Amino acid sequence: MDKFEKITGIAAPMPLVNIDTDMIIPKVFLKTIKRSGLGVNLFDEMRFDREGNEIPDFVLNKPQYRDAEVLVAGDNFGCGSSREHAPWAIKDFGIRCVISTSFADIFYNNCFKNGILPIVLPQEQVDVLMQDAEKGANARMTVDLESQEITTSDGQVFPFEVDAFRKHCLINGLDDIGLTMEKSASIDRFESAAQVARPWV
Amino acid sequence: MTAPKTLYDKIWDAHVADEADDGTCLLYIDRHLVHEVTSPQAFEGLRMAGRKVRAPEKTIAVPDHNVPTTLDRAGGITNEESRIQVDALDKNAKDFGIHYYPVSDVRQGIVHIVGPEQGWTLPGMTVVCGDSHTATHGAFGSLAHGIGTSEVEHVLATQTLIQKKSKNMKVEITGKLRPGVTAKDITLSVIGETGTAGGTGYVIEYCGEAIRDLSMEGRMTVCNMAIEGGARAGLIAPDEKTFEYVKGRPHAPKGAAWEAALEWWKTLYTDEGAHFDKVITIKGEDIAPVVTWGTSPEDVLPITDVVPSPDDFQGGKVEAAKRSLEYMGLTPGMKLEDIQIDTVFIGSCTNGRIEDLRAAAAILKGKKVKDGMRAMVVPGSGLVRAQAEEEGLAEIFKDAGFEWRLAGCSMCLAMNPDQLAEGERCASTSNRNFEGRQGYKGRTHLVSPAMAAAAAITGHLTDVREMM
Repeated sequence: MDKFEKITGIAAPMPLVNIDTDMIIPKVFLKTIKRSGLGVNLFDEMRFDREGNEIPDFVLNKPQYRDAEVLVAGDNFGCGSSREHAPWAIKDFGIRCVISTSFADIFYNNCFKNGILPIVLPQEQVDVLMQDAEKGANARMTVDLESQEITTSDGQVFPFEVDAFRKHCLINGLDDIGLTMEKSASIDRFESAAQVARPWV
Repeated sequence: MTAPKTLYDKIWDAHVADEADDGTCLLYIDRHLVHEVTSPQAFEGLRMAGRKVRAPEKTIAVPDHNVPTTLDRAGGITNEESRIQVDALDKNAKDFGIHYYPVSDVRQGIVHIVGPEQGWTLPGMTVVCGDSHTATHGAFGSLAHGIGTSEVEHVLATQTLIQKKSKNMKVEITGKLRPGVTAKDITLSVIGETGTAGGTGYVIEYCGEAIRDLSMEGRMTVCNMAIEGGARAGLIAPDEKTFEYVKGRPHAPKGAAWEAALEWWKTLYTDEGAHFDKVITIKGEDIAPVVTWGTSPEDVLPITDVVPSPDDFQGGKVEAAKRSLEYMGLTPGMKLEDIQIDTVFIGSCTNGRIEDLRAAAAILKGKKVKDGMRAMVVPGSGLVRAQAEEEGLAEIFKDAGFEWRLAGCSMCLAMNPDQLAEGERCASTSNRNFEGRQGYKGRTHLVSPAMAAAAAITGHLTDVREMM
């Protein structure tokens, strides 16, 4: 997994609430058996018309946001299905951090498995960051995972919370499966005990 | 004396294989269900790392999302990408030695219908699947939730998940439901009340007389949509109805094992005085048959109501409501009953079980689908289909003018050819009314099976109580 330490980049504003995984990556793109190459289809039905032409009003089609690395979004971002294609598409597009007041649980987990940092902040702070993002390409936001701070283009600093274990994995780009395999003795012990306690399972 | 525990606490505690100082746990997984869309990358990951499936005997795969539901599907899948995905599952199931129900098997169907039907899902288990509607299995008093593909790979390799415990939420539905009100109306009404993020960070336990009164099928419908309320999982304490449903299923325990299981299952309830972090109480008699008007499952109103105005909302929901109304082509103030429907879809892991088909058929018996409408029934599994044929339900649907299809996810998410056209409006028994969910620019109104049947007859959203 790619490490996430600190990024400084353009933030794109998407104030719409309840942006769901069908919006992030419509199902027609779930037929792939690969993880890569989904960035061109990120937000496909909002970004392109039926003929494949860009819809100019959509934020990531505007010249100043085409290289966005941060997304500031409305409440409950990533609701809906468990499709990991959503974070795959976001990452492949080049976005490494999403900021919102809340995230859907499965999407939130999926981000950490893919080198994306989802940050939850209170509404009033998201509002400030949304305004900052609306300034366009001149507004470069810094997200520092080590110090757990976001710095806006005009120097305002917002600390954020992140689970210590997830932070450790993200900063070091650690593979979960490898870490769990180191605990295989615990799993073996559990399995043996469970076999006695609940043999029907 | 130990502190009183919730049902969720009990199942959680019974499955912690390892706990770090910060509360990060390895949760042991009893059943891993797999379908073709979210698993190919996970199996590929195993191959690349030279890993095997740790517990193939606890892993069950079935293709459902991409499969055609037309009667000629034995001829193969036309769409190349869909075919490749299903072929990949065939191969992965074989290579890694996991249980498998191929498209040609009468037991094939939607993974969340097949699991309980075959007795893979049992009370007190941990159940995961790379699919958000895994919450369905919570109806058995199991802890069941959706996971992403990286986690699918993690479970395949280690039979565990890295998890932190969620908070406890109680949703109590008191008293009795009124005639014409179903499990779907309960679960939609709860989401209407809490919002789609109301359950975020929680595991919900549904309880109360109205929940107890539901059949296992109804309970699955309720738990299925816990995810639409944002919860990690939804569950219901097992009782005699649960045990009765499970008994005799192909993979349910038998003989002495059954007795031992039953003894443990009977301890699976929330202790008196256990702590819930959030409590919602709704009176069963206050719930009406409901429909959704917008593009979020929280956009729920009783059928007797009118389309709301964006001004009725606050904050970010104002813009979202404007966008929804434009997408749905609706005007504030119009009666929900006046919304004309082009298509009716009955099926999905939410409402594709035998009881759902019975409820729809009861309304349709002797009636016809309104001229010019498209109506289809997609049973949740081959066995549901067979049972419905045996009970004469298939004839009722066919006589009414419904297409009688083979099992799969179908138009719930339209990954196969069953899709809405641009602007086509559907009364659907599925679970999501998101933009584009049932087809590009398609318009979805979520309803119960009985309400879907009523709409098929009249051609507009209809209060089913007027037809009973």
